[in-house]
Amino acid sequence: MSDIQAFRQETRDWLEQHCPLSMREPAAPGEGQCWGGRNYKFDSVDQQQWMELMGAKGWTAPDWPTEYGGGGLDKLQHKVLKEEMARINARSPLDSFGIWMIGPALLEFGSEALKQQHLPPIVRGEIRWCQGYSEPGSGSDLAGLQAKGEDRGDHFIANGQKVWTSYADKADWMFCLLRTDPEAKKQMGISLVLFDMQTPGVTPKPILLISGNSPFCETFLDDVRVEKDQVVGEVNKGWTIAKYLLTHEREMIGSMGMTSPASETLGQIAARTLGVEQGRMNNPMLRAEVAKWEIDGACFAMTAERVTDEVKSGSGVGATSAMLKYYGTELNKRRFETLLKIAGSDGVVWDGAESKGGWLPRTWLRTKGNSIEGGTSEIQLNVIAKNILGLG
Amino acid sequence: MALVLNEEQQMLKESAQGFLAEFAPVSELRKQRDVGGQAGYADGLWRQMAEMGWAAILVPEAYGGLEFGHVGMGQIVEQTGRTLTASPLFATAILGVTAIKFAGSEDQKIELLGAIASGEITTALAVDEKIHHAPTQINMTAVKQNGGYLLQGTKRFVADGGTADKLIVAARTSGEAGDMDGISLFVVDRIAAGIEIERIEMTDTRNYANITFNKIQVGESALLGEEGKGFVSLAATLDAGNLYLAAELLGIAQESFDRTLQYLKERKQFGVLIGSFQALQHRSADWWSEIELCKSIVLKGLQAMEEGDAKVSVLTSIAKAKLCEVAELATNEAIQMHAGIGMTDEYEIGFFIKRARPAQMMFGDYSYHNDRFARLSGY
Repeated sequence: MSDIQAFRQETRDWLEQHCPLSMREPAAPGEGQCWGGRNYKFDSVDQQQWMELMGAKGWTAPDWPTEYGGGGLDKLQHKVLKEEMARINARSPLDSFGIWMIGPALLEFGSEALKQQHLPPIVRGEIRWCQGYSEPGSGSDLAGLQAKGEDRGDHFIANGQKVWTSYADKADWMFCLLRTDPEAKKQMGISLVLFDMQTPGVTPKPILLISGNSPFCETFLDDVRVEKDQVVGEVNKGWTIAKYLLTHEREMIGSMGMTSPASETLGQIAARTLGVEQGRMNNPMLRAEVAKWEIDGACFAMTAERVTDEVKSGSGVGATSAMLKYYGTELNKRRFETLLKIAGSDGVVWDGAESKGGWLPRTWLRTKGNSIEGGTSEIQLNVIAKNILGLG
Repeated sequence: MALVLNEEQQMLKESAQGFLAEFAPVSELRKQRDVGGQAGYADGLWRQMAEMGWAAILVPEAYGGLEFGHVGMGQIVEQTGRTLTASPLFATAILGVTAIKFAGSEDQKIELLGAIASGEITTALAVDEKIHHAPTQINMTAVKQNGGYLLQGTKRFVADGGTADKLIVAARTSGEAGDMDGISLFVVDRIAAGIEIERIEMTDTRNYANITFNKIQVGESALLGEEGKGFVSLAATLDAGNLYLAAELLGIAQESFDRTLQYLKERKQFGVLIGSFQALQHRSADWWSEIELCKSIVLKGLQAMEEGDAKVSVLTSIAKAKLCEVAELATNEAIQMHAGIGMTDEYEIGFFIKRARPAQMMFGDYSYHNDRFARLSGY
């Protein structure tokens, strides 16, 4: 047996033994995610146990080095783990901005001390992170941010307001962009800093969205003390890391279009809802729209696959994350517009047991933000035009 | 299989690029058009292509071919989209080879595939009878008599129909229009007595014909495959045709884009390059993104066909539908962004839209393949 076959067998056995049965059942749409953190209310004992067991093994962050609590898996092993989890329909044990965003940034740019301090708790799901980027006056023009950090020797004093901080009211720590040199040129005076949300002066306030939910907050910073040893990379050189993180975020948001947890395809939902006679769906106009979406969706999924394969073989052009973000989010918006048409008047029921708490209209409205957050579609088109096409 | 070209495929792509740029650029198409020749392509060019082995790429080694595979052939065809090169590559080396490979008897394969591989003969596939592609709606009849068949009916929009040595014809030996059963394929000499060929000049100035079979008696040996069971082979041939048309349309879309992007970086208005205008930047970026999707589906389809994947028909319809959509976008945007000069015959950009539309329509346009995709998906 080759090493990888042995690894597959061990993984299969371990998952079989440790993954609770309820964590192998598909979750209802919009439910079942586990975010972790100091004050997290788990859906069930099984959910907590699953996160903790996977966290202890480092498999919540399978490709991070073991010295920081990660799984230390190589690409092939990571793929095997994903396949084995998919085989038993295992749910993701932990979803977190720590794993997706600040963790990779720390691995790339952080000091040894910061890695030692922050990475293991992320892996174990003990600390939940949020991102302090946008401000009321700087959305698309992120580098124009004004929240400032005044140098007080061994620490900064931060003042300002952040907005669109995801789940700031539930998060334990924030990674945050501050203007630490007011004299420098726009991009040159920014630092990426880390602080505990319990630090005096940090006040998150949830924002009610058109979906009726509040996944985002405004976060007010009033004389917040930020230690200098919590600066990621060098002081005033935070913009490079911010851009790195934005690329990560783009890829993450862009990939949502095709990794939707739906167990049914759009075509299957439409066929079931509208009925099929003599091999054709009853509503011919909607049928054509559904087919068009599935054609585009298939091509997009293949493009994500091709981009990954090109990176692996070293033949890619790179810089395609803007395209994936742009196309993936627009596609996801279209998908929900079509789902709404398929559902008819059921699709706009805001509340009630039948509607699963208005899951469809609320999610549909939430998708409108996909092409705004992490850089609007228009910003992505600017990035493509300038960086890839060379149009100035 | 990784969604990238291997080294050999990449080399073939580059050599095709170099060859076509040198011997068959768009100016050659203009020359063919202005001369107004019957063939729509230069004989010498086809001889060169055959010498390089392009006619033999899809032919199995056992019949004198190279058996290089669909991904490699797809790279060549994509390049012919960039240069708008007309040749028998499509009707002979793809359609002819595929039909004979799937349907032919051992004797027919030995006789015909070898001759195609060496460039000795060309073929054409005669399927459609109406203005829209509908492969089950075949009315042309083949009545069994005198130890052979009597062919009666008219075919339209036959690529290379006016010049091919052999016509591969779909006719009905039983059943009625709409039935898949009862369709049979025949190989007939184009110059057989009683075949009327009307050359049709289309926007791309290639060689198309409407062909009328006026009670043509053919022998039993003309039958390609089993009587009444020709639809399976025909469908496989049409899949190949559509997938390669998608590859050609990808070349057309990319070349239209590249030329337009270049123009945006040269043309000045209001004292600045027009590429500095955000209205054009965003449309270009969206257009570029669409082409990225097209590259993925074309390669995926070619790989699936090479491996004999069961999903090849679904992937082919996805590919053709997507490429019809994007080729339309690309050729329209190319003219709009070139503006006045894009409307002139002297400038080459207009040739792309005039080739794209017939290529889109051949064997089913966007709506045909959107419908077929939905049907194959169970709705």
